[in-house]
Amino acid sequence: MAERSFKAEVEHLRKGDGDVFTGEGILAITKALLENGVGYVGGYQGAPISHLMDVLADAEELMGELGVRFEANASEAAAAAMLAASVHYPIRGAVTFKGPVGVNVASDALANLCSSGVNGGALIIVGEDYGEGSSIMQERSHGFAMKSQFWMLDPRPNLPSITKAVKDGFELSEASNTPVMLMVRIRSCHVTGSFATRDNVRPPMTVKDAIANPQSDFNRVVLPPMSYLHEQDKIENRWPAAEKFIVENKLNEVFGPQKAKLGIVVQGGMYNGLIRALQRLGLADVFGNTEVPIYCLNVTYPIVRDEFDAFCDGKDHVMIVEEGQPDHIEQQLGSFLFKAGRQLKLYGKDVLPMAGEYTGQVLLDGVTAFLKSAAPEMLPGQVRAPNMEAPAIPDLSETVPIRPPGFCTGCPERPIFAGIKLVQQELGKHQITGDIGCHLFGSLPPFEIGGATMGYGLGPAANAAFDGGGERRAISMLGDGGFWHNGLSSSIGNMVFNKSDNVVVIVDNYYSAATGGQDVLSSRAQNDTKSTGNPIKEALKGVGVEWIRQIDHTYDVGHVRDTVREALTTDFKGPKVIVASSECMLNKQRREKPIRNKAIKEGRRVDVPRFGVDSDVCTGDHACIRLSGCPSLSLKRLDDPLRDDPIAHIDQTCVGCGNCGEVADAAVLCPSFYRADVVHNPSGFETWRAGLRSKVIGWLQTRRDNRRLRLEGAVQ
Amino acid sequence: MNMVLPQKTPDPRTGQIIKLVIMAVGGQGGGVLTSWVESVARAQGYTCQATSVAGVSQRTGATVYYVEMMAAADQSPVYALAPSAGDVDILIASEMMEVGRSIIRGFVTPDRTVLIGSTHRALAVSEKMAPGDGIANADEVIAAAEIAAQQLVLADMDRLAVEQGSVISSSLFGALAGSGALPFPREAFEDAIRASGKGVEASLRAFAAGFDVAVNGPAEATEVEAPAPVSALQGPASELQTWQGLLARANGLPEPVRDMALAGLTKVVDFQDCAYGRVYLDRLEDVVARDSVVQEWALSATAAKYIANAMAYDDIIRVADLKTRAPRLDRIRQEMGAGDANLVELTEFFHPRAEEVASLMPAGMGAKWEANPKRMALLSRLFGKGRRLRTHTLRAFIMLHFLGGLKRYRMKTRRHQVEEGHLKAWLADSLAVLESDYALAVEMLKNRRLVKGYSDTHARGLTKFSSVMGAAELLKGRDDAAAWMNRLREAALQDPEGTALDGALRTVRSFV
Repeated sequence: MAERSFKAEVEHLRKGDGDVFTGEGILAITKALLENGVGYVGGYQGAPISHLMDVLADAEELMGELGVRFEANASEAAAAAMLAASVHYPIRGAVTFKGPVGVNVASDALANLCSSGVNGGALIIVGEDYGEGSSIMQERSHGFAMKSQFWMLDPRPNLPSITKAVKDGFELSEASNTPVMLMVRIRSCHVTGSFATRDNVRPPMTVKDAIANPQSDFNRVVLPPMSYLHEQDKIENRWPAAEKFIVENKLNEVFGPQKAKLGIVVQGGMYNGLIRALQRLGLADVFGNTEVPIYCLNVTYPIVRDEFDAFCDGKDHVMIVEEGQPDHIEQQLGSFLFKAGRQLKLYGKDVLPMAGEYTGQVLLDGVTAFLKSAAPEMLPGQVRAPNMEAPAIPDLSETVPIRPPGFCTGCPERPIFAGIKLVQQELGKHQITGDIGCHLFGSLPPFEIGGATMGYGLGPAANAAFDGGGERRAISMLGDGGFWHNGLSSSIGNMVFNKSDNVVVIVDNYYSAATGGQDVLSSRAQNDTKSTGNPIKEALKGVGVEWIRQIDHTYDVGHVRDTVREALTTDFKGPKVIVASSECMLNKQRREKPIRNKAIKEGRRVDVPRFGVDSDVCTGDHACIRLSGCPSLSLKRLDDPLRDDPIAHIDQTCVGCGNCGEVADAAVLCPSFYRADVVHNPSGFETWRAGLRSKVIGWLQTRRDNRRLRLEGAVQ
Repeated sequence: MNMVLPQKTPDPRTGQIIKLVIMAVGGQGGGVLTSWVESVARAQGYTCQATSVAGVSQRTGATVYYVEMMAAADQSPVYALAPSAGDVDILIASEMMEVGRSIIRGFVTPDRTVLIGSTHRALAVSEKMAPGDGIANADEVIAAAEIAAQQLVLADMDRLAVEQGSVISSSLFGALAGSGALPFPREAFEDAIRASGKGVEASLRAFAAGFDVAVNGPAEATEVEAPAPVSALQGPASELQTWQGLLARANGLPEPVRDMALAGLTKVVDFQDCAYGRVYLDRLEDVVARDSVVQEWALSATAAKYIANAMAYDDIIRVADLKTRAPRLDRIRQEMGAGDANLVELTEFFHPRAEEVASLMPAGMGAKWEANPKRMALLSRLFGKGRRLRTHTLRAFIMLHFLGGLKRYRMKTRRHQVEEGHLKAWLADSLAVLESDYALAVEMLKNRRLVKGYSDTHARGLTKFSSVMGAAELLKGRDDAAAWMNRLREAALQDPEGTALDGALRTVRSFV
């Protein structure tokens, strides 16, 4: 069950002709798929398209009615491979994953798919995780399109344009027998807006129809000599067909005056940012009517030379707005101009930065620099000669702390890292690699465990150089998501086969948690359409791991510490795998809180634990925080002139996970922590017993109080 | 140059686009707030676009939401997907340092920006980790906000919401409505909350609180926490009488020392008894006698603070005493929000080591055991494990109550002997430099701050304390000795391992 439910929104997917859809970009894409007669959909979750997978999962019933097959693929490679159905059958298929890392994983299947070519429209919807809010290395997916010869759509970031790109993408794919990648940037995925809907269309041929009439054609198989023919086919037939379709259907757009001495070529996805820069310079109105001609590339690959040439006619200066590097498009356009022997001056990565996100300010500066050179008279007076000094605002960059993401309150992964940190305090620093997932936050303070991440499911593989052993065993982290994505074969299988002597800690939180809590094979949740409940431990045994330790309650820090220590010091030779399992707290709370509140209301006995700190016992050394970093474990300043340092404090967001108490115990910290269990609707016996206890306790307290000065809370 | 295109001034309608940024900490409900803003705008005949950057930033990191809106027209406006520095009309920041971050990023400018911020703190990990005080300075952010914003609404929006049983998105939405930054009536905002259909009543109450704060400014500084119930001082008559005498002595101290001395005296007497308080005042008066008004009694005030802290050390007896006092349970019940019908069950986490057990022995015996590794190993086997004491049950409570009652015996323990020795050495070392360097003596007294925590943390603190105190030998005679002593202490408080301190000490050694 995913973190966010789209059950309510999914009803909007039933809208038809004449209706208007208002909502998020990702939901609009789903609607467009259904309107365009898609036959099967799939993908692998990951920001920024996680929600697209969640929407598809929640829309399974509706898709079933239309005869559309939904597959939650095991990886991006699996998703891309699924598009093989469109090689022979005239069925439209769409898969989604994040870019460029998902495209990296999928590239094997994508390259084969592109060589074979497609019969039915094949659409790859990529959420390009680039710029602010990105969680991955900063690269582009564009290069994959160039090397494998598939087409790249980068529509203007508004709902009508994005949904039209879905339609165009399928048609372009079919017209040119080539897969098409629809790229949407982070903010486009989450942008809200409206578009006019059409009726959903049942696929003319469903996957069920296809399997009833199987087809094959060895000419489509990537084997010599056919593979040589595929390469020629791409250049001689598919590419020209694509260009023809792009031109005839006006997939790219031209805005602004016909005649001008200058113009700007822009990726569709950057169009709004460019218009904002022009608006701020007085060169475009609020509706985007521009004084500067714009050639908007809704298709960024291939570039249609004739269209570009036509745009350049009569112009002396042309600027290219292309985000990220390398500057693939600029190189291509420069090559066109050079070969044509044109004298036109080309601007791009000279007035704009080569690397980094093109934010509003970057674009404003870039366009201003372009105009200063190409047409200074167009710039508003204040840009040409600024006459107002901006007031000086104090520099806060030294004051404001950075706030990287971290483990949530009560996260079951925190105690795993606390345990490993304690082992390292005993045995010294070890070689540790991380993996992709929430557990990568363990590499940040306060734990600083793990120094590399090589890809999803590749944590243990990233320690392979150390498989031969040495003085200290290497440790690698692996999540349950990564384990099933790639880790079982590429990491665990690799260790078994190479007789590794190292240690793996598999963080099993019952979900693909970092991407929004989607189910995986080993999830404990009952899922009507997917097979869950397949234990990681059994899979490990199956590939030949002999030393396995299962921890069923990660909050037992002492147990985690002892198990890791055992793995590092045992005489056993061979891979040692610890499966540390506890449910993701974010999902657990979402699931259990309503049930608990209902039980309290209905008068059933409920025990709600929460932790606290005795402020007069805490000395403010913050050792506990260095083993936790929990958002609910914070600091407060006491109104006591004798105290210098703020003391630990637990706020009301504490979920009582137990980490604080366990850490205080396992690390022998201090006796400041206590757990308070508030018992709702206690039984009669309990209440009677508590009354008795409090009488005895009260008597003892009064007796002692009578013999001493009671300075606490007294006036003097 | 070509003159095909005449120069233009910006389309005045561009100014009609209202640009609103929400800077939140992941998990604060920034998404809900954004959807409310969208909802009210659309209901009021505006077109509206929102974007956000979700991803892993949902997990406690800093998160930005962005909304643009404009009165609907026959064409669709082109909205930007991200805020630009110097081009933001309304900035809502849901935490004090996020206010600061918004200013750093240039989203708050004096010509146009209405800044609505919450002054509460959600501390970043880097602020919490330092062994000392690593909390960022909020006053600097407030000062910058006052310069940067055209209109400023600053209040503890988190408290306003929590008091109404709601979350911060509601009070911020109220403050947005109250600020008048959006051209919509109050009812329209409230309708947006009602339409969302979840926790509506509590949200509306928090909305009202936020609205009022934006209109009237924050209420006059009311006590954040209800003042503890004050009662007359109680106790046995003889102790009361002695106490009055001690109070009179403390009140006779020079004015700059008096308050700290009273606080110190209270702490020490609460730790042990009036006789112990007398020892405290004796020690303090010795220092006062060597101090003078010329230095504004800085040495004595410092001594008043740290002698008290040194005398009221954290032993098992103190912890047991504090954990079994009557007001504690009331305080916990209140903090946990337990009603009369609820029971509260308590679990305490103790992990005594051999060292703690030996320190509880009579001084001579304890010293012998500590010197004998075999005996310490035996103690470790017998006692050295984590104990969870369920102090709502009689067995655990009585055990702790008994330990907490060992005050008279405490003066004979090994721990007391060690603490007394340590205290005397520290006082003597600090005062030894008094004649030659007053400021250095004050700094050396302040080094006592480094001794804190329990078990390993305490041991590390003692090591750092010794290193820093030891540096006095190197620094003595230098004009900047006190400044360096201060620097060394601050370095010692930066990280637990003492890396910064080692670096600072190397620097000191390099120039002496």
